[in-house]
Amino acid sequence: MSKDAIIERFRPLFDPRGILVAGVSSHPGKFGFVAAHNVLRFEFTGDVWLLNRDGGEILGVECVSDVSQVPEGAVDLVFVCTPAAANPDLLRACASKGIRAAFIASAGYGEAGEEGMAAQAELVSLCDELGILLAGPNGQGVISTPSSMCAQIVAPFPPPGRIAVASQSGNFVSSWLNYAEHYGVGVSRAVSAGNSAALSVPDYLEYFAADPETGVGLAYVENVPDGAAFATQVRSAAERKPVVMMKGGSTAGGARAAASHTGALATDDGVFDGVCRQLGVSRAHSIEEAFEAAAAFATLPLPKGPNVFVLSTAGGWGVITADAITAAPELELMSLPDDLRAAMDERLPPRWSRNNPADLAGGETRDTVPDLVDLVVSHPEVDSVLFIGLGIQANQGRAERSGRFYPGHGLERIVSYHERQDRRYAEAAVEACERYSKPVLISTELAITQPDNAGVARVRELGHMCFPSTIAAVRALRHMTRYAGWRERRDL
Amino acid sequence: MELLRSVRLQSRSEPAGEGYLSERRVAAHLTSQTLSEFDSKRLLSGVGVPVVAETSVDDPAEAAVAAETLGFPVAVKLCGAGLAHKTERGVVRLGVETAQDVRTAALDLLAEARRQDGEVSILVSRMLSGKRELIAGMARDATFGPCVMLGVGGIFAEAVADVVFRMAPLTRADALDAISDLRTQRLLGEFRGEPPVDRDTLAAILCRIGDLALDRPDVVSVDVNPLIVVDGTPVAADALVEVEVP
Repeated sequence: MSKDAIIERFRPLFDPRGILVAGVSSHPGKFGFVAAHNVLRFEFTGDVWLLNRDGGEILGVECVSDVSQVPEGAVDLVFVCTPAAANPDLLRACASKGIRAAFIASAGYGEAGEEGMAAQAELVSLCDELGILLAGPNGQGVISTPSSMCAQIVAPFPPPGRIAVASQSGNFVSSWLNYAEHYGVGVSRAVSAGNSAALSVPDYLEYFAADPETGVGLAYVENVPDGAAFATQVRSAAERKPVVMMKGGSTAGGARAAASHTGALATDDGVFDGVCRQLGVSRAHSIEEAFEAAAAFATLPLPKGPNVFVLSTAGGWGVITADAITAAPELELMSLPDDLRAAMDERLPPRWSRNNPADLAGGETRDTVPDLVDLVVSHPEVDSVLFIGLGIQANQGRAERSGRFYPGHGLERIVSYHERQDRRYAEAAVEACERYSKPVLISTELAITQPDNAGVARVRELGHMCFPSTIAAVRALRHMTRYAGWRERRDL
Repeated sequence: MELLRSVRLQSRSEPAGEGYLSERRVAAHLTSQTLSEFDSKRLLSGVGVPVVAETSVDDPAEAAVAAETLGFPVAVKLCGAGLAHKTERGVVRLGVETAQDVRTAALDLLAEARRQDGEVSILVSRMLSGKRELIAGMARDATFGPCVMLGVGGIFAEAVADVVFRMAPLTRADALDAISDLRTQRLLGEFRGEPPVDRDTLAAILCRIGDLALDRPDVVSVDVNPLIVVDGTPVAADALVEVEVP
């Protein structure tokens, strides 16, 4: 399918003109209430219609008691919270009003025994017949920040951004949206695939790859019913945009029992790992790793090679970061080029490390760090930079500002200087990243322990990721460097 | 996963019995058979996998002649479709240096043959000289279809467990990536006076095994083990191809 055809196919689901929430309840504990609440609360930009058998007013909106009351062509998406048995009639009525997509939150389908399986098969063929794009069933919802659409039965609604999430488990959607909210690296679309009756994770990844609002696909899969289709769809997605994937459980059956060593060595996990490498997928092994990789892809340019430079304002961090880089087959802890060393010598006292990792040894004056960031990132041999030590001054400033000596003793002035400096460091890193089109990864545990730290907060305001540790940053950079190499070796 | 693995290992050497073997696995086991080492290697050589020079003969005298032609030292093995695991059976003689020793070895091996081994022959192969052993192969994954494997360690492959997989067909880039994904990269560079492994040749071997899997749906699995690195070039010293029996 062409890019435009894919976008057009998914438009009613992710960018509907209007939404009909079906099965709305006046009881705030019911999903039917929560779905309506979230759509209204997060100010969906299109029209909202609520369907409740008994009519009445819910959350200030006059409900319709029958689909026939919805004007034709006003609504593209129906969000379904009604019992499974009611859905066939509902969907027929919706189709007659021009509704082209359904997100079915209702349970009682493929997850509910043989009867449910049969109901699910009927649902799929009915939607096929009606020309309705079917998401779910038994899913928690769909969100789309360009339309301010939070059609889901759980929180949160993340800030806008370029990560698009598709998951076979709704929990993972929530986890990643929570991280998006925390780090401020936002989301374009997110969908819980539920039972994946008609649309499965690879279908969504194909859409994300075509979607101009999206920079990276982030996915969780459990089972892969059709390996060949999975490979075709995911490869074509990864050829367009990075795809980060986590996988739980095992595939359909592992290698066929064979009288061979190869068969014995072909574990599900080993095969899936190879498949990911082959398809250009960045496979992550934890929720955090997956989000961090996606955030890196969403906010940073791809590195053009393996050479990493570590710029650290203090000792030990640089050392363990260097260890992690050395252990990573994708990365090269580059040696410090002579011309760069000479240029750094001019700006630093003699006690600095004169090596990569560059430990500035506290030798910085007012402009040293911004100058050095620019110098290092601009160097032609440097492909990517890890910047360590943001927020230290602002952290001290915080202790001073909240203590009993403040604002006397010159503290008011120095605290605001510290905070300003850390903001400048954040700006210098982000500016250099953008100016030279090279990834600069900023990391500090303050990203978690003190998100309002002036340096950390500035990174977030600038739309970048402040990684929670240097190890996390190295891990994300490995994914980026590997993906860049995969593209390069395939002339993409 | 460990459980499944041990079951699979067991299914190679023991008849399908009680226990954890699912019906599907039992069925797969019963409807396939291994080609002899000689036929396995001929099949692989036919698709372009470099294979050690060797001759299959029927008696000790012919074995001695074959050895003279190939050049000493040679490996002498009992060969037959029912002999998938020759080392375990003790029917392999490596580094045989003289024609007389070849004759003696062949005589001993023929005496080792059992009725259930079926038709057997004597396989005389040139000894390959290389310090590094790899394993390559193919297995059909229930989800992703035929997958090509590359691993380090030859006969120690299962203990080393440094293996990578790719779905067939493999592009050259896929194969080169697979080689780079092995953890033990130092083994692939210059090693104890031997040149680096020729990655292009190794990549071509992986591609050809993948193509074979697609061209021959009846090939259930392939083991090239060991794949010995001779002056940088990987050569199959032993191989086992498993085919479906109609």
